[in-house]
Amino acid sequence: MSARTLYEKVWDAHVVSQEPGKPAVIYIDRHLVHEATSPQAFSGLKVAGRKVRRPDLTFSVMDHSVPTKNRHLPMVDEIGAAQMAALAKNCTEAGILFFDMKSPNQGIVHVIGPELGITQPGLTVVCGDSHTSTHGALGALAFGIGTSEVEHVLATQCLVQFKSKTMLVRVDGKRGPGVTSKDIILAIIGKIGIAGGNGHVIEFGGEAIRALSVEGRMTVCNMSIEGGARAGMVAPDETTVAYMEGRPFVPRGKEFDAAVNYWKTLPTDNGATYDKTVTLNAAEIAPQVTWGTNPGMVGDVTGIIPEPDSFADSVDRQAVTRALEYMALKPGTRITDIPLDRIFIGSCTNSRLEDLRLAARVVAGKHVSKSLKEALVVPGSMQVKAQAEKEGLDKIFLDAGFEWRDAGCSMCLAMNPDVLPEGERSASTSNRNFEGRQGKGSRTHLVSPMMAAAAAIEGHFVDIRKWDVGQTE
Amino acid sequence: MQPFTTLTGIVAPLDRVNVDTDQIIPKQFIKWLTREGYGRKLFLDWRYLGDGETPNPDFILNAPRYQGASVLVARANFGCGSSREHAPWALLDYGFRAILAPSFADIFYNNCSKNGILPVVLTDNQIDEIFDRVAETEGYELTVDLKSQTVSDNTGLYYSFTIDPFRRECLMNGWDDIGLTLRVEDKITAYEKSHHPAAPLYSPVDAAHTKAGQ
Repeated sequence: MSARTLYEKVWDAHVVSQEPGKPAVIYIDRHLVHEATSPQAFSGLKVAGRKVRRPDLTFSVMDHSVPTKNRHLPMVDEIGAAQMAALAKNCTEAGILFFDMKSPNQGIVHVIGPELGITQPGLTVVCGDSHTSTHGALGALAFGIGTSEVEHVLATQCLVQFKSKTMLVRVDGKRGPGVTSKDIILAIIGKIGIAGGNGHVIEFGGEAIRALSVEGRMTVCNMSIEGGARAGMVAPDETTVAYMEGRPFVPRGKEFDAAVNYWKTLPTDNGATYDKTVTLNAAEIAPQVTWGTNPGMVGDVTGIIPEPDSFADSVDRQAVTRALEYMALKPGTRITDIPLDRIFIGSCTNSRLEDLRLAARVVAGKHVSKSLKEALVVPGSMQVKAQAEKEGLDKIFLDAGFEWRDAGCSMCLAMNPDVLPEGERSASTSNRNFEGRQGKGSRTHLVSPMMAAAAAIEGHFVDIRKWDVGQTE
Repeated sequence: MQPFTTLTGIVAPLDRVNVDTDQIIPKQFIKWLTREGYGRKLFLDWRYLGDGETPNPDFILNAPRYQGASVLVARANFGCGSSREHAPWALLDYGFRAILAPSFADIFYNNCSKNGILPVVLTDNQIDEIFDRVAETEGYELTVDLKSQTVSDNTGLYYSFTIDPFRRECLMNGWDDIGLTLRVEDKITAYEKSHHPAAPLYSPVDAAHTKAGQ
């Protein structure tokens, strides 16, 4: 067989049916379901008199609308509560394993999937959420789908898919202190643009990606979709194997050994080619801060807000003008002079233990700026929360003046009560800075957890490289 | 879904690049349990003033000349961001059956074609020309014909477009592709037997909740 990429290997292993000139029917190994994009799929199934084909391969959790505090009280948001109740009912009826708001395993779907070992290398993983790309960090083929496709997977455990083009994003060299996986992916999106990956599955490789932990790789793959690619993948290696071993849904003993042997066959063969290749040098990447209304409007923390006229393309000039108007930013303003109102450390991009450890290291012994209205830490899962508490991170955050919340999507998209009020400005570790994303009229700057933590202390952005925070592995 | 064969309708222009699905339908409405009723919330934050009800006179879709439009002409990377199918549901419920743009985000494109909305990719120049004609002529109409794969007006504009034949067939017939996939159910079963003999482990995880879910 000719040399194949990681994506092609996983794809080939999942083709159930392929007729010439038609999309393939591919098998789905793990279907993750949450409350926001599933109710219409379950009702569609019912109307058609169909059943969930593989409830044992379907996993469900509440994350989008869940409150992050006072969970013992009835939910104020009745519409959100009704949607969560619908999920509970649908899963109970279908026999789908279901983590409700009070489960110790509850969390953001893209945090708990890997954490519990539900998602594994070489599997196909889908979820009605565009950030499903996160799971590609394990070497899975994972992508977001719409509700019609959720219904399709529930009914058939398959999807009708066209094969994507392939794109290699190779990040060579070593990243400097204070530069994290978030800065790498923001720099990549800055380079390829928010539509640069359209039609492609990205494979992230190179020394700087290899050097990342699995959690760091998840941050990178998570934002593949912000570069237009439905999926991002990192080839499994020893780091991946070490991460997987012992997780609740991962096979044990001989079965684990067999799985590892399979995973070792997945990395891209020598001589395999990609439709597109992009390279970056990690040593040249500075901490990144977005200044506009999409993740491609991003620059170094040492930079300034650009002049719309500095863009060659008239469409860009128009978009930047509009973005700066929305963001209430003047060209020429130094990024470090932008005053902030609220800090959000959380989301499926940056709410894992490593993220919280890095942020805690920055804030330890310091206090949140008096100029801020709120600084939130929202762990990605209740397990992350519990582990962080074992390590005393909660105390560090609380002593510094942060709020320490329960797990959920929270202020990333503000479907729950954690809303960034109109006209206010956040430093946020999430993934989208679209208009109104964190609340109507809200203004979002995307940064890494360390950058958000430092911004919380100072009330404005600072170049974290100037602070002595040790190694950032 | 409703089949799409041919459509002649008023064209509304949305002259912005990278229109994301958060703009098309904000997150507060993805809590609903239905597929219907999203049309009045389409482009909510642009379309209404602060109260969320009074139409914003500066937003182009509110102009009287574009009322009743069924064709939307848009700019590059339309529908980027979230996978929410509520975005095409909102566009459909509002009355749009065809969207013309130089490019679409992948998930959105897919979601449209599963809801009887035809996403048409044209070149930048062709899209520019349509924007010009829309601006020049009040009540400007286009005919979008999926059978012949063409977009045309009654003053000589005539563009061909390409679409994958499978998607075209599904749209023209209004096929539900679950039904199509179930035609190869024997292959699915065979795949499961050869590749997935075992169910995943459950036992040590959250036993109380596992039980509730079984």
